[in-house]
Amino acid sequence: MAILLIGTRKGGFVLETGAGRRRAQLAGPHFLGAAVNHMVLDPRDGITLLAAAKPGHLGHTVYRSTDLGEHWREASHPPAFAKAEGADPGSSVDHVFWLAPGHVDEPDVWYAGTSPPGLFRSEDSGDSWQEVAGFNAGFLPGIRQHVFDVPDGAILHSINVDPRDARRLYVGVSSGGIFESTDAGAHWRALNRGVAADFLPDPNAEVGHDPHRMALHPLAPDRLYQQNHCGVYRLDRPGDTWSRIGSALPADVGDIGFPLVLHPRDPDTLWVFPMDGSRNWPRTPPGGKPGVYRSRDGGASWQRQDGGMPRRNAWWTIKRQAFCADAGEPPGLWFGTTSGEVWGSEDAGDSWRRVCEHLPEIYAVEAA
Amino acid sequence: MRVIVPGQLYDYTGGVSRLAAEGETLGAVLDDLDQHYPGLRFRVVDEQGRIRRHIRFYLNRSPATTLAHRVAPDDELLIVGALSGG
Repeated sequence: MAILLIGTRKGGFVLETGAGRRRAQLAGPHFLGAAVNHMVLDPRDGITLLAAAKPGHLGHTVYRSTDLGEHWREASHPPAFAKAEGADPGSSVDHVFWLAPGHVDEPDVWYAGTSPPGLFRSEDSGDSWQEVAGFNAGFLPGIRQHVFDVPDGAILHSINVDPRDARRLYVGVSSGGIFESTDAGAHWRALNRGVAADFLPDPNAEVGHDPHRMALHPLAPDRLYQQNHCGVYRLDRPGDTWSRIGSALPADVGDIGFPLVLHPRDPDTLWVFPMDGSRNWPRTPPGGKPGVYRSRDGGASWQRQDGGMPRRNAWWTIKRQAFCADAGEPPGLWFGTTSGEVWGSEDAGDSWRRVCEHLPEIYAVEAA
Repeated sequence: MRVIVPGQLYDYTGGVSRLAAEGETLGAVLDDLDQHYPGLRFRVVDEQGRIRRHIRFYLNRSPATTLAHRVAPDDELLIVGALSGG
């Protein structure tokens, strides 16, 4: 049994998945009518829950709860870019796309990634937010010409804080690439060497890549994995050249997809959910046959896991935030579809069952 | 002046649709509203002072498209959440 925080195009939900004869229990919707891109529970206190909401009419905002969504309080100062001066029209945050708790030694710090791309930091558990100026004003203008919109607008995502060092940060920009700071966001550098960018004129471009999801392993923070627009990659620091581990996936399935999930305790085990990357990039299960692929050796080999999933005619998509692992032993795996279904596996992917259906388009699934 | 707010803003006004506010410009009126209903302004005007894409302001039933628009005490401001369903 797990508690899942589900962000959808029309609101947020909290799902207790049930087990055995115990049925799943759904709470919500929270913020009905608003797109909820991310709901994240702070693992440092187990209490603070943040949700990023963008209604159709109003500007975006961030909400905070300390009782798993029974009551919410709006941020007093949601993420916002600095007021522009002179002829510069300036940028405005359309929505917060990503929420990430900060380092364990900074218990009130959170980070937020936005669309258009921006990095923000809160030092009061998400009540007020300030720009990470070293990124937004210092680094981003220099790469802006390489930042392209993805379907819902260019985004900053995959905010990773090195558990050994609060000053080392990684972020992903779609499109733009993976970027690293070693001084708490004051300065940044690109970290895209070895990653294909077959949609760019220069295959060896330093920036302009399209990472879909990047994660470092919390117990082996020098191990980074990335599901990219152009494949699945691994990077072992202090190296700076990614290796395409997705090449070992079956050729008729490919290594294109959005999410990427790491085993909470084994840095060599990860899961991806391949989507059709052929021709005009439909991003549906190849052949309409969904299946997770697991590697237990850091990407050298992969095994298909589709027990219980539809055998054919499944044409939904799994978005980059909509697949997660819980902390169980073995870890439970959970994903949400663009058709509003939640699927889960409580045996690390060997068998799957549909836990919930009829939700709006699912954007994010996080285990509480 | 009288202000009529749409349902999207009821979380701020406690469900009240008809309010009173003061100011000599549309921007000043919104500042005054934000004093009484903290957070409301940011939901209808972005950080660059631009009216948000799916919000419309009408003064005495005529469109007001900039925050510098002058207003008078007897005016009526209608705030509309404009066409963003589906």
